[in-house]
Amino acid sequence: MLIEKKKGILQELYLVEIIKGLWITMRNMLFSRKVTIQFPEERREYSERFRGAHYIKATNGVENCTACMLCPTVCPAECIHIEAGERPDKEKYPVKFEIDVLRCCFCGMCEEACPKDAIKLSNIYEMSTTYREVYDKSFLLDQRGGK
Amino acid sequence: METFDWIATGAKIAFLVVILLQVVPIMSWVERRGSALMQNRLGPNRLGPLGLFQAIADAIKFIWKEDSIPSHVIPFYYFIAPLVSFVPSFITFAVIPFASSISIDGHVVHFQVADLNVGLLYVFSVASLGVYGIIMAGWASNSKYTMLGALRSASQMISYELSMGLSVVGIIMCFSSVKLGDIARQQGELLTHLGPFVIPSSFHIPKWGIFVQPLGFLIFLISVFAETNRLPFDLPEGESEIVAGYHLEYGSMKFAMFMMAEYLNMTTASGLLATLFFGGWQLLPGMGFLLHGFQNIFNLSSMACEWTRIFFEIASFGIKVVFFMWFFVWVRWTLPRFRYDQLMDLGWKVMLPLSLANIGVTAAFAYYGWI
Repeated sequence: MLIEKKKGILQELYLVEIIKGLWITMRNMLFSRKVTIQFPEERREYSERFRGAHYIKATNGVENCTACMLCPTVCPAECIHIEAGERPDKEKYPVKFEIDVLRCCFCGMCEEACPKDAIKLSNIYEMSTTYREVYDKSFLLDQRGGK
Repeated sequence: METFDWIATGAKIAFLVVILLQVVPIMSWVERRGSALMQNRLGPNRLGPLGLFQAIADAIKFIWKEDSIPSHVIPFYYFIAPLVSFVPSFITFAVIPFASSISIDGHVVHFQVADLNVGLLYVFSVASLGVYGIIMAGWASNSKYTMLGALRSASQMISYELSMGLSVVGIIMCFSSVKLGDIARQQGELLTHLGPFVIPSSFHIPKWGIFVQPLGFLIFLISVFAETNRLPFDLPEGESEIVAGYHLEYGSMKFAMFMMAEYLNMTTASGLLATLFFGGWQLLPGMGFLLHGFQNIFNLSSMACEWTRIFFEIASFGIKVVFFMWFFVWVRWTLPRFRYDQLMDLGWKVMLPLSLANIGVTAAFAYYGWI
């Protein structure tokens, strides 16, 4: 719908309006709070539920994971690869636990599915590296975030 | 010319070139920081104090970037186009006086590289040469967006050059000269009457162009924005419509030359605005008092007095130019871009009749001896 705006002679001339506009930009420049977060020094506060880099929770130095294969089953991106094995202190444990992070969509469904509270998503979001890191078992066992 | 004149001219040229080359990196920094602050951001603030060295980083990047040439361009014109737009923007400044004169050993030195007797006409002729660079770039790049940019630029230049030229006619009438040196000098006189009304002697204001020709100033200001391809009239570039317009196919130093041309055009335009309408090197209110105080406190010799006067005049001119440079940036981040038909409407239906009317009114005033 076309709305007919009533304009006075001053609005038609635009000069006063332009000066008002110039004042608005100047006011923003001088007095308004700047919203920039200066990254390495300041960081944005994320929610506790933020889903960032993965890790496998360990209790007393033993991984919680029992290689039940629930997380690779539920994973929509099919990025979790687990090979199960047996060892004296644990009936079933993951011999290999790898996450293809490039495929991961950080949906957090693995975390929800896990019955042993093993796979967790920390709130670390700086995941860029200068070398190609494989998210293998030893890497994932690093207790990041400590949730 | 004598040896002294050669040296003086060389010194003036060197001074101007050095100053003008500094303008480009500083303005690119001002534009980025200024725009950021107006949009509630911070802008580049990492490199050096307040991010000032960002300009140096940019320059290094421009120099070391690969100078790639697209295969579809017309090489000769593609290569000379940046030069053709860069050089005119530089040489316009030759006729703008940046201080009054000083006499050294009986030689009078005017602080103006060339006091041409065609002054303003030279400015307009050279300024309109700049558009050839843009058209060449647009044509030689052989791409549809650059072509559109060049076409827009050409039509915009023609439309606004008219009203720009005509708006200055009023100033020429008032000061009876096209020499910029004369115009700047005459603006130091006092304005005794405003049209038919006599101003009481205690309220005398300097005879600056803006008080004599307020409408002329407005038209000139708007036209100058169009001439320098700055927002709200940046249709030749129009990022959101035609990618980058005429310099789309340019990279590295050739692109940098277009950017330098734009900023130098802005500087020249600011210099012109200051010279024609704000008294050029005439001291700003309060600066005369400051100058006398300075001279008296330090008990300067007559020669040193003269040099401090020159310094204050250059500073005064500089402040005016800097204000207008800032005004260009300020307006850029305030107003949105005009649509093409609105641009043409404004140019032909508003600016041209207004500037003609301004000439008529000024002529009538001059006839009755009110100016």
